[in-house]
Amino acid sequence: MSTLLEVSGVTVSFDGFRAINNLSFQIGRAELRAVIGPNGAGKTTFMDIVTGKTRPDDGHILWGDKSISLVGMSEAKIVQAGIGRKFQKPTVFEDQSVQENLLMALRKNRSPLSVLFYRPNAADLARVAELAAEIGLDDALLRLSGELSHGQKQWLEIGMLLAQDPRLLLVDEPAAGMTPAEREKTTTILKEAAKTRAVVVVEHDMEFVRRLNCKVTVLHEGAVLAEGSLDHVTKNQDVIDVYLGR
Amino acid sequence: MNRSFIARNPSVLVFLSLLALFTLTVSVLAEGFGVGLISTSFVKTLGKTLCLCLIAVAMDLIWGYTGILSLGHFAFFGLGGYMIGMWLMYERTRQIVVTSLADGVLPPTPEEVEAAIGNQIFGVVGSSDFPLIWAFADSLTLQLALVVIVPGVLALVFGWLAFRSRVTGVYLSILTQAMTLGLSLYLFQNASGLRGNNGLSGLQNLPGITAPQSAVSLWFFWASALALGLGYLLVAWVVSGKFGSVIRGIRDNEARVRFLGYSVESYKLAVFTLTACISGIAGALYYPQAGIINPAEVAPIASIYLAVWVAIGGRGRLYGAVIGTAFVSLVSSWFTGGQAPDINLGFYTVKWVDWWLILLGLSFVLVTLYAPRGMSGLIDALPRRKGEDA
Repeated sequence: MSTLLEVSGVTVSFDGFRAINNLSFQIGRAELRAVIGPNGAGKTTFMDIVTGKTRPDDGHILWGDKSISLVGMSEAKIVQAGIGRKFQKPTVFEDQSVQENLLMALRKNRSPLSVLFYRPNAADLARVAELAAEIGLDDALLRLSGELSHGQKQWLEIGMLLAQDPRLLLVDEPAAGMTPAEREKTTTILKEAAKTRAVVVVEHDMEFVRRLNCKVTVLHEGAVLAEGSLDHVTKNQDVIDVYLGR
Repeated sequence: MNRSFIARNPSVLVFLSLLALFTLTVSVLAEGFGVGLISTSFVKTLGKTLCLCLIAVAMDLIWGYTGILSLGHFAFFGLGGYMIGMWLMYERTRQIVVTSLADGVLPPTPEEVEAAIGNQIFGVVGSSDFPLIWAFADSLTLQLALVVIVPGVLALVFGWLAFRSRVTGVYLSILTQAMTLGLSLYLFQNASGLRGNNGLSGLQNLPGITAPQSAVSLWFFWASALALGLGYLLVAWVVSGKFGSVIRGIRDNEARVRFLGYSVESYKLAVFTLTACISGIAGALYYPQAGIINPAEVAPIASIYLAVWVAIGGRGRLYGAVIGTAFVSLVSSWFTGGQAPDINLGFYTVKWVDWWLILLGLSFVLVTLYAPRGMSGLIDALPRRKGEDA
């Protein structure tokens, strides 16, 4: 399995505090990965670095077939290169319809001029309808997304990510605040997405991680503490000490 | 801009029809057509109001839709006015000079004509040389192009610097205030080359046109109505599609739009520059109707008024911006023009010239607190109420 994203020796400090400490991490082309770790382990900072929101003080981030460096690229360029991110809090554009939200996310030329003259064609609308069906919002296409339930907003956001057709999907706590039935559906959506692309899920909820049934990376103090199946890492004494045993 | 665009946005058609009806009514009743129910000066007031409505539409695009509270768009408006004013003043002075020199024994040389024009225009600031910025003042075509180019380039440079550094929110508003203040202070200097605090005057007289002001006022009124109609159509089209989705997204959650892969800065810059160009055109139509432009016109307060008009009308709705601006600026000129009767309370006389600003400020506060959708919120409520009845 070849590598899609390779993070090596990355370090970030905020006012002297080392949020990420010599972190190295790899993810393959079609893989589902869960990242767990106690608060302050650097999970969100890790996502910030990959997506260009935070610049590392040191280290390399290499991406794709040509191993291009993501360090120093703008957020928009990184997204266009094929990395999508879902934030912890669902952020959809509430005063716009589900369809408008999905259309905006659809993988298309994103320069102002081409967007100005863009009008959706039949194929685009069909793709939007297909995505909406995937996330269970096919009968809510013309509803304002602000009217959706919390779980539906989470799915819409995942749908928007899928519309971007990224090669790597970074998902921050997708199951937070969901009912058990909604969690089940979210698991299905993520597993389905991981068949054709890499999906990294940051999650607190162990039950949810177990359900994902994938390789787990445990972060602690900005570095990888353990990696492997959930059963494997939960038996690791270091992991028990810093995380599970508390 | 095809038929389906109009069909999907019936409010645009309604607005354009009302504007046409209004223009027709005023024209028929104006002095220029002989009925004379509407005086020439009031036609000018209405024409100027249409220009203010046009800049308000631009303001709504940048603030109501994109979420950038620019408090500097009157700088672009003023620059548009100055650009057209330069040609008007130059050409008219030239004609006067040529006529007066023609009485001499020898025909005047081009140098003599140029010097005499310079003397006429710049004598008031103790100079007679043409500054470099007047290089194109003898060409109407070039000055008309500059009406769009100068505000556009200023907005492009300013916007590029500001947006690239990710200056947002209230800091950006302050920066735009600084821009318009800086421009105003610069123009106040005699050495600015635009006649300092005297500004450019006599702009109501079109060179080579002998038609009376009653007719000229109508021409400008029509041009202003046409510009407002086209500007409204353009902005409504811009906000109707995916571009509108993206800029409203920027307004509501800039970071999220960035993580969808859109270069937020380019969008902001595009909107900022487009609205600056529209403002320039509005200004170029406004000042010939006002007759004079001076640096006080681009003082920071003017741009703040613009924000107040749009807020009272209701931002995020183009007709709201137009309604708010027309209503507030007309009421304002009624109150401050001395036509409003003073109220004698016995112990105190309410003079509207003084109290109008307090009334305006109060209504701004009330609208912001209790009716964030402004006057257009009333219109929005109409169909909903009908729906509930049915």
